Amino acid sequence: MIIEDKVIEVRGLTKDFKEIRAVDSLSVNVYRGDVFGFLGPNGAGKSTTIRMLLTLIRPKEGSIKIFGKSLMEDRNDILKDIGAIIENPAFYNYLSAYKNLEILSRMSGREISSNKIMETLETVGLKERSASKVKTYSHGMKQRLGIAQALLHDPELIILDEPTTGLDPQGMKEIRDLINYLSKEKNKTIFLSSHILSEVEQVANRMIIINKGKTVVEGKVQELLDSAEMKVTIEVDDVEAAGQLIKDSGWAGKLLSINNNKMVFDVKTDEIALLNKYLVSNNISVSSIVPTRSLEEYFLKITNESN
Amino acid sequence: MLQLVQIELYKIFRKWRSYIGFIAIGVLGVIIQIAMLYEGQKSLDFMTQNLRDSFVFVGNLLNGFLVSYLILNMLTVHIPFLIALVAGDLLAGEATAGTYRILLTRPVSRFKVVSSKFIAGNIYTFSLILWLAIVSLGVGAILFGFGELIVIRTGSVLILDRADVLWRFLLAYGFAALGMSVVCSLALFFSSLVENAIGPIVSTMAVIIVFIIVSAINIDLFKSIRPYLFTNYMLSWRLFFSDPVDISKVLEAVLILFGHIIFLFSITAIIFKRKDILS
Repeated sequence: MIIEDKVIEVRGLTKDFKEIRAVDSLSVNVYRGDVFGFLGPNGAGKSTTIRMLLTLIRPKEGSIKIFGKSLMEDRNDILKDIGAIIENPAFYNYLSAYKNLEILSRMSGREISSNKIMETLETVGLKERSASKVKTYSHGMKQRLGIAQALLHDPELIILDEPTTGLDPQGMKEIRDLINYLSKEKNKTIFLSSHILSEVEQVANRMIIINKGKTVVEGKVQELLDSAEMKVTIEVDDVEAAGQLIKDSGWAGKLLSINNNKMVFDVKTDEIALLNKYLVSNNISVSSIVPTRSLEEYFLKITNESN
Repeated sequence: MLQLVQIELYKIFRKWRSYIGFIAIGVLGVIIQIAMLYEGQKSLDFMTQNLRDSFVFVGNLLNGFLVSYLILNMLTVHIPFLIALVAGDLLAGEATAGTYRILLTRPVSRFKVVSSKFIAGNIYTFSLILWLAIVSLGVGAILFGFGELIVIRTGSVLILDRADVLWRFLLAYGFAALGMSVVCSLALFFSSLVENAIGPIVSTMAVIIVFIIVSAINIDLFKSIRPYLFTNYMLSWRLFFSDPVDISKVLEAVLILFGHIIFLFSITAIIFKRKDILS
């Protein structure tokens, strides 16, 4: 039997801001080695939860265990092994990137050499600008410096709150590559908060979607997305015959549109093969099948259902 | 803890605003002394005009000690603003910049963070007073030299021997630093409440101005609360320029100022420890 090692164990976490309940009895489990996607629309309670995980905010109710220890009782021990980016990166703008990291390294509870600081800056591509004041940095550079400060003390758990906000496509890809590298090569556990499902899908193995502070759905990314309906565009030789065939069959309710030689269906993953077989067995030649998972629709659907 | 204080001091002294106080004291101190060099004798004659009928003044009364005494009188009312400028920014500045998020997610307790800021703020305050002493006594010595110190108060005049003055100045500057430490604590307290440094600076000055006005108005209601206002003791450094020095009054003032510092810091630490960081 494999006993999975819980890195984060949250139970019944609740937080109110005056009369607004930001997080409502939230429970989350993150296991060692996970890239855990923490999803939800803006205002769902993601950042509030992350701030509670990092002791920036005090919960009203509930418990948080990280590395099997209570966050309330062993805060400093736990924080030694966590690196985090919380929303937009913020630094002492009047200091250089190197000095910022040096200050943070002296507070990390670990011995961090100046070589290690320069290596970390090199990892995120800021070595050449290490002596420049942070106020001269672009948003993307600050975001990379944010990653550097999160990795500087070689933490076991990395918490990333919307790490790609404001980045260009190249920057977003670099972050995804870095997450994959940290997870696969360095065996880090990563807690990735985002409001973009496609971003999480590309890197995470497990995820939770929350809305209004409550869990909407939780599980393995692949299983959750497989259960979601997807759009499939099927190209056929005789679209009129195919259209008639579908309209007279049980597939009629799944047909979304017919355009030129293409028919678009809303089906689940395991139904694609059955649909293809049905068309071919009725003498309809199928020349292509292009599945497109409607992630945004899936996301909107389940978050709207929870409203 | 020492490391945290070093970090806080580094952050303070890497900001331009932290040097405004030093520049202001340096400029004002020198300007006052140059003005005294040209017009000081007239001022001294004016101050002693009623006494000259009864006394004959000999020797160098317009000297570095007198000028330093006058500067200390003038500037202890203005220095609180310069201190609030830095101390008010210690916590609120982190909130404004969003750096609470990186600072308070390190494995360091919030009590240590706020304590290090309190200590660093006070070191800054003491260094400002030390600078005032250097500018006053140092430039005073160069421009005027030293001699007896004449202390004129309503209904009395005291002339202190040259050899009997320096220790009084050292204790007076020390006491002034204690008074300014209350200002630093007050600004830090306001800084823990808000997310913008302007609020603590304005609030600190507002409290000081209100307290000074209340202290100055002679009505029974205000007289009864006057002993509890720290501003009432901020100029008690003058006690060291009496002969003999009234030790009991000095100790009373020291205890009251310390009480204010401990009270303000305790409240600040409690607020900061329980504060939700939303910036």
